[in-house]
Amino acid sequence: MTTINRADFVRLGSVFAGSLVLGIGAGGCSNRSTGAPQSAQNGGFKPNAWLVVHPDEKVTIFVNKSEMGQGVATGLPTILADELDAPFENVIVEFAPAAPAYADPGFKAQVTGGSASIASMWLPLRTAGASAREMLVAAAAKQWTVDPATLTTKNGSVVDTKNNRSATYGSLVAAASAMPVPAKPRLKTPDAFTLIGKQNARIDTPLKVNGAAKYGIDTRVPGMKFASVLYPPVFGARVKSFDASKAKKVPGVIDVVQIPSGVAVVATNSWAAFTGKNAIAAQYDDGPFASQSTDTLKARFLELANGGGGIAAVSRGSKTTSGKQLEAVYFGHPAAHAAMEPMNATASVTPDGVEIWAPTQVQSFAQLYAAKLAGVSPDKVTIHTTYLGGGFGRRLYVDFTNDAVAVSKAIKAPVQVIWTREDDTQHDWYKPMGANRVIGTLDASGNLVAMRHTVVMDSIMKGLGIPVKDGLDPISMDSVMNSQYEIPNYHAYYIDPGSGVPPGSLRAPGANWNNFVMESFVDELAHAAGKDPLAFRLALLKKNERAANVLRTVAKNASWGSPASGTKQGIAVGFWNGTSVATVAEVSMDGSTPRVHRAFVVADIGRAVNPTIVRQQLEGATNYGLSMALASKITIKNGAVQEHNFYDFLVMRIDQAPEIHTEIVEGSPSPTGIGEPATITIAPAVANAIFAINGKRARVLPFSEAFA
Amino acid sequence: MVTLTINGEKHDLDVPDEMPLLWAIRDVVGLTGTKFGCGVAQCGCCTVHLDDDAVRSCVTPVSAAAGKSITTIEALGTPEQPHPLQQAWIEEEVPQCGYCQSGQLMAISAFLKKNPHPTDADLAASITNICRCGTYGRIRKAVARATGGGQTS
Repeated sequence: MTTINRADFVRLGSVFAGSLVLGIGAGGCSNRSTGAPQSAQNGGFKPNAWLVVHPDEKVTIFVNKSEMGQGVATGLPTILADELDAPFENVIVEFAPAAPAYADPGFKAQVTGGSASIASMWLPLRTAGASAREMLVAAAAKQWTVDPATLTTKNGSVVDTKNNRSATYGSLVAAASAMPVPAKPRLKTPDAFTLIGKQNARIDTPLKVNGAAKYGIDTRVPGMKFASVLYPPVFGARVKSFDASKAKKVPGVIDVVQIPSGVAVVATNSWAAFTGKNAIAAQYDDGPFASQSTDTLKARFLELANGGGGIAAVSRGSKTTSGKQLEAVYFGHPAAHAAMEPMNATASVTPDGVEIWAPTQVQSFAQLYAAKLAGVSPDKVTIHTTYLGGGFGRRLYVDFTNDAVAVSKAIKAPVQVIWTREDDTQHDWYKPMGANRVIGTLDASGNLVAMRHTVVMDSIMKGLGIPVKDGLDPISMDSVMNSQYEIPNYHAYYIDPGSGVPPGSLRAPGANWNNFVMESFVDELAHAAGKDPLAFRLALLKKNERAANVLRTVAKNASWGSPASGTKQGIAVGFWNGTSVATVAEVSMDGSTPRVHRAFVVADIGRAVNPTIVRQQLEGATNYGLSMALASKITIKNGAVQEHNFYDFLVMRIDQAPEIHTEIVEGSPSPTGIGEPATITIAPAVANAIFAINGKRARVLPFSEAFA
Repeated sequence: MVTLTINGEKHDLDVPDEMPLLWAIRDVVGLTGTKFGCGVAQCGCCTVHLDDDAVRSCVTPVSAAAGKSITTIEALGTPEQPHPLQQAWIEEEVPQCGYCQSGQLMAISAFLKKNPHPTDADLAASITNICRCGTYGRIRKAVARATGGGQTS
């Protein structure tokens, strides 16, 4: 058993994770009452990397994940506070600094993505809370000279029922600090949960209705400047030369510096930086991508899809089956993330190290890249994670943090690099273009006996800098490679076209396109077989009760087969990282534009830590997926993105938002993810409803391009 | 030099007349609750009140705001006395990332002064603020709660 004293906590950190923590600072903080940074107070009890119990009964809980709206700043502390038996109103949340102790156990890095946060932190945080609770109990037992087994905890106090006395956690912190850290603390049984499944209010809601929540763009540090970077419009291009004389005359512009990615205009305020950037005349080395357009890329993608071949991702059963064959090719345009807060980061590079304030989803990588750029070791890079104004996968990339470091290094002052909406639209890591060819075979009874599915999509893993084994990218193949359908003869192939458009991870990456194809095509097959689309799917999910259950449940909730007057229904099911989800959409048509009136969504997420946040995510993912499917499209011409801002990159507003009915199914003891799953079922549900209305099959996304 | 009255406080600012009010508020005065989303009056993140009207501050030059009363999200309500919409936003758990919500609240609070009992259709016709988290359904419910409504048509 390890014994640690208070002086060692900072060094030893998280004992249960077996990690060595070097210098847990008090950075990246957020106080729930003010939104202002607050350091851990002196005299607190810090049993591990995850919490400090303060003498005043407050409990600081460190969140190692980025809060981008998905609710981790509430959900993760809820898990820990429940095991600790601390009152939730005493919890103070601080975003953890970048340090090895805060790595995600699955990713082995401090990364927020894959709807993984609650699932991967479920046991570590429960263990952390339970450890601290046992140390507090041990301290009270020693003080009262009783057997710790006779003591209980409740609402922030250790209780000795037999002797009718209790001690608050705050009064025990000094004594608890001297107690050994339990090697294997006892976790609660679910019936003893007081917060998990019951906590519904978000801790950040009050801060987000009065302007107090601090996002990356709100960072203000003494002496900081603002910078806007002119990036070459063509992907892969470089700045050859530029004339900054007009930019330097713009009032407020201080300096113009070249950095690896472009030309940065540094100013006293954001607007001057933008104005200065627009005044720069630059010439570029465009490179080979300048000859590409949506039309040339699309032609090549379709040629690849139709050409056969590809890397075998699934090889199940026979390749030759007889029966009624159906074949279709689907095509999806790229889309941008369009997070509401444009990319930005603030950095201060000094000879001693680097400090970064950023809305990032990848603290580990932002730290590593910054260290490299500044020429310091990673432990000299401090990352303060702010609230994120939307993430959706966009902030998994380090381009914006790198640029803040580069500019700060060049001007030797703190600087905020802030993107315009146009920068954000034209320099994203996009949901990739996709072309899928699907061939299905029905036997004489109309059963689906074979499917061949070829996916042509840039490698999302390559974009993320993750090695791709044997050329097969399981992210780009998601929903095809791991389809839950029990098709006896199933062959899936992957083709990486390497198109030159930066391939991005966007909310349910890969699956947000592939599941559209899969669920639309299964619907085509159901109709070809003369079967009800729900029954046809259920027949393919005989061994997958959780997926079948969400389908049956959503059908019941939506009164499947009895749509609201003037509408038709479409149904779709999906599977994302352990979560099963199903959607029924009720749709009518305004000419060639679908209008979704109601959406019914059911997800089996194992266990809901915060039911309200789970519902928010089902609603949000549905609207995000629908928004993208309706009209969001990135067009390439002469190697550059043609869309600029929300007037030509179209997203949903309140007039297009359906009424959404959600239901949570808890089909296992442990939680799975919820941020992404419902993104993948709404578009096929709508497409299938469109077919029910007018017999037209939407094989192109967005729908605005499907019937052109 | 321009004098702006923001949340009841006068600020003498040495900025060009054409500087958008958004940047004067955020980068010069230092009130960061008002957000930047698009810069072209598309998304509404930057909405503030000029006297009683909601305006998109990213396209409103400071010269047009001089002499008027500017209200930002920081002064829509107080912790002790939140605006009814702020209270409803909390009760309906509207925000996710929260970035657009300052603008949503400023736009809808101004709208309610002219249309105190809007239907969902009224909101659809008048409120164009973008929320990428897709909180629209909860916004409708929160407005209904705050206005004692709940009409769906």
